Amino acid sequence: MKEAWWITLPKAFVVINVVMLFFAFTTWLERKLLGRMQLRFGPNRAGPKGLLVPIADLLKLIRKEAFAPIAAREPLYIVAPIVSMFTALAAFSVLPWGAGWTVAGHYIRGSVVDVPISLILIFALGSIGIYGFIVGGWASESKYSLLGSMRTCAQLVSYEVSLALSVLGVVLMGQSLDLAQIVDKQQATLWFFIPQCVGLAVFLIGGTAETSRAPFDLPEADTELVAGYHTEYSGMRWGLFQAAEYINMLTLSGLCVTLFFDGYHFPWVHSLDMLGPLWFVLKLFALVSVFIWLRATQPRLRYDQLMRFGWKVLLPVATANALVTAFLVVLVK
Amino acid sequence: MAVVPNTLKGFGVTLKQIFKKPITQQYPEYKRPVYPRYRGRHRLNRHENGLEKCVGCSLCAAACPADCIRVVAAENTPDNRVSAGERYARIYEINMSRCIFCGYCEVACPFDAITLGNDFEISEYNRDDLIYTKDILLRPPIKKVPVADPDLYDTPIPYYKEHS
Repeated sequence: MKEAWWITLPKAFVVINVVMLFFAFTTWLERKLLGRMQLRFGPNRAGPKGLLVPIADLLKLIRKEAFAPIAAREPLYIVAPIVSMFTALAAFSVLPWGAGWTVAGHYIRGSVVDVPISLILIFALGSIGIYGFIVGGWASESKYSLLGSMRTCAQLVSYEVSLALSVLGVVLMGQSLDLAQIVDKQQATLWFFIPQCVGLAVFLIGGTAETSRAPFDLPEADTELVAGYHTEYSGMRWGLFQAAEYINMLTLSGLCVTLFFDGYHFPWVHSLDMLGPLWFVLKLFALVSVFIWLRATQPRLRYDQLMRFGWKVLLPVATANALVTAFLVVLVK
Repeated sequence: MAVVPNTLKGFGVTLKQIFKKPITQQYPEYKRPVYPRYRGRHRLNRHENGLEKCVGCSLCAAACPADCIRVVAAENTPDNRVSAGERYARIYEINMSRCIFCGYCEVACPFDAITLGNDFEISEYNRDDLIYTKDILLRPPIKKVPVADPDLYDTPIPYYKEHS
C-alpha cells in the first residue's frame, strides 16, 4: 500500500523528535541506573527525580563557547559532527514501529520510509557515520585527535564485520532484507533470539563495540586518555558527537529488537498489536538498560585484547553461525 | 573457559546493588557532623565583661603562612576602652579566599583571641565578600554546623577551644 507524502513528512518529523527525546531520556536513565548500581542516587536535583538534567545539559552545551583550534580544517571540522548525527538519526527511518494503520481511509506505514533493503541501508548509514569520527579527528589538526580517530576507526571497522555477519543468520531465516518482513516472519514462526542465540550474542557484543560503549569504549577512554577523536571539540559540536553515539545505541537496540525480539509485536496476544510503538519502545529500553548494565559491570578492554577478541573470537563465531544457519535452512527445506 | 560464568557473576553483583539503599549523604538536607577539632571559619572572642581579647599584637598575622590576616592596632584610651590590654585591633581583616585553615593563628595568639570555629559553609558570590572584617568575625556565624560528640573521639579538645 502506498502512503501519501503529506503523511510521511510529519511522521519523519515526529520520529526524529521522539528519537531525540529518547536520547535525552537515555542519558538520564544511564546516570540513574549507573548511580544505583554504584550505591549512589544519580541525578535527583534538577526536576523530579532529576528528569530535567538532560535539558540542563542541552542548555549548558548550547551556551558554551564552541571553541575551534586555529589550524582546524574549518568546513570539515564543522561538518564532521553533523554527518555523525545525521546518519545516526537517518538510520531510525527504516525501523518499523508498528504494522501500519489505516486512519480515515489513509494508510500510515509503521516505518518512516519503505525500503526493501532496509537492513543493508542501516549498515550503510552506520559505515558513513564512521566518517564523521575519522574526519572530525583529522580535521581538528591535532595529533592526539588524529590518533584517537585512528583508534576509533580501527575498532569500528573490525567490529562492523562481525556485526554484519551476525545478522546473516537472521536474514537467511527471515529470507528478506526488509525489516518489516523479518518481523512478520518471526510472528509467523518463532522469535529469532531462540534459534539465533549465537547470532544475538555476537550482535550484542559487536554492537557494544560498534557504538563504542563500555567495555569497548576505547575511542573515548575517559579514565585513561583525555578523549579520542573529539578532543578538540567543545560546546554543542561535542554534544552532537555524543548525541550520535547515544542515538547509535538506540538504533542498534531498535535493530536488535526488530531482528531478534519480534519488533513491535506483543508476545502471544495478537489483539494488542495495534499498540506496536509501545511494545517496540518497551523492548528498546529494556535492551538499552542491558547496555547500561554492561557498562556498569565490565572493565574496559586493553587495545590488543579488543583486537584479538574481535578478529579471533567474534568473527569466527559469527561466520560459523552464518554457515550453520545456511546449512540448516537448506536442510529443513 | 571460566571467563563466561565469571562474567555472568559480575552482572549479578551489579544487579544486586540496585535494590540496596544508596549510601550517598544528601548534603544540603543532611549535614554530616564535623569532627570536634575541625578547623573552619575564624572567630574573634571577647572576655566575659565584653572587652575584646585581641590586643592587636599581630602575632597571628606573622604566623599566617598564607599572609591573609591584616591587623592595624590602636591605643586604648580611658573613654574608649575596647580590649583588656594596652592596645586593641582597630582593623582586623582575614581574607577568607586565601586562608588555608591551618590554625597557626590560634596557636600563635597569646590571649586566645582568635580561634577557628567549626563552620565551613562560607562561600560567597563575590570575592570582596570573602574579606571578613572585625565585626563579622566578632559576630557568631549565621549558619550553624552540627558538631559530632567529642566523646566519640579519643583526641582531647585543645584548651583554647574549650575556654574561648
